[in-house]
Amino acid sequence: MTADRHAALNADGLVVPGVGAFAACMKGLKSVHGHRTVGTRLAGGRPVLGICVGMQILFERGIEHGEETEGCNEWPGTVERLEADVVPHMGWNTVRAPEGTTLFDGMDEDTRFYFVHSYGVRKWELESGGTIAAPLVTWANHGCDFVAAVENGALSATQFHPEKSGDAGAHLLKNWLKSL
Amino acid sequence: MAVAVRVIPCLDVDAGRVVKGVNFADLVDAGDPVELAAAYDAEGADELTFLDVTASSSDRETTFDVVRRTAEQVFIPLTVGGGVRTVDDIDRLLRAGADKVSINTAGILRPELLREASQRFGAQCVVLSVDARRTGDGFEVTTHGGKRGTGIDAIEWAARGQELGVGEILLNSMDADGTKAGFDIELIERVRAVVDIPLIASGGAGDVSHFAPAVRAGADAVLAASVFHFGQLRIGEVKDAMRAGGIEVR
Repeated sequence: MTADRHAALNADGLVVPGVGAFAACMKGLKSVHGHRTVGTRLAGGRPVLGICVGMQILFERGIEHGEETEGCNEWPGTVERLEADVVPHMGWNTVRAPEGTTLFDGMDEDTRFYFVHSYGVRKWELESGGTIAAPLVTWANHGCDFVAAVENGALSATQFHPEKSGDAGAHLLKNWLKSL
Repeated sequence: MAVAVRVIPCLDVDAGRVVKGVNFADLVDAGDPVELAAAYDAEGADELTFLDVTASSSDRETTFDVVRRTAEQVFIPLTVGGGVRTVDDIDRLLRAGADKVSINTAGILRPELLREASQRFGAQCVVLSVDARRTGDGFEVTTHGGKRGTGIDAIEWAARGQELGVGEILLNSMDADGTKAGFDIELIERVRAVVDIPLIASGGAGDVSHFAPAVRAGADAVLAASVFHFGQLRIGEVKDAMRAGGIEVR
């Protein structure tokens, strides 16, 4: 765990965890220039993994309690409140990973991961096409569909907590480490 | 597929040791919370709860150590409750590795604590623990393990907790607790009707058939202590029974 810019820039892989509110997390990240560190790493193809709110702040914006906050804008899209009977979405849920996934390689579709969040990205807005490979988007459902993970070159992210997801989470983190 | 109903064993921890007797699996040290936590993880527990019953403040340091060691070795969510009085207490427990902190008496004495905790750490890590006891045709909030009434309506208190920003309710029936006669279904239904945050049902589990009715009444998770510790029920068979009843489990 570090707030040191050089350590964060030079690590083989950088994990950006996040808990609490989007605005507070973004404010904390900016106070140590973390958003620039992420950008600099990605410009050099250096791996970054965002977890939970650490994934959410990679998007363009977050809306919590009617307040809009600018994110790191690595991907277009909005983090907004989930529409479900019970929120937060708390517990172990399945995901739908796409063909070619690295993070979920070797796992079956019944594998469950631990989620705890009230907000999510419900629309994937990046238009793909041309010569750049489209990001791999993994979905989950709790009342509504939302983005559970993104694999986009050096940048990966999960809405769930692999570090709290027992063997399944360890498997995913190993897959990420192997890709570094 | 939907989010799975969680099965949560609860350990009473006193000065760093598990109390209320444990007769479980082949543990080297049945009083070590870390070893027991790992055993429950291996059995398929979806979360763990530590209830700190340590009386003396000097011994409470051991709680942080237990939480730290557990979080280093067991990679499922951990909730810690008991004796949580201030935002600083919560901060220390979260830094030690707890994922959620449950608040009971301190929230009754000063409800703003719930709001402050939620705003600072996020709703997802603040659990309101409600010890409810039947009184007339309603339910009253109690403290001190059900021994002291507060005059507060338990259903209204749960709704107020949600308003104050807590992310989950741990609902303990003080009438059903220890009876092994099943959960208090009416209590679960009445709280479910007024909150839309996750609800953990606790108190009364004694048979694998008791869990599905609690879920149908509106529980998102079920918690039990002694029946698991004494090996009377195993996590796996509780899940099998729920699965047979059409309930999604991990």
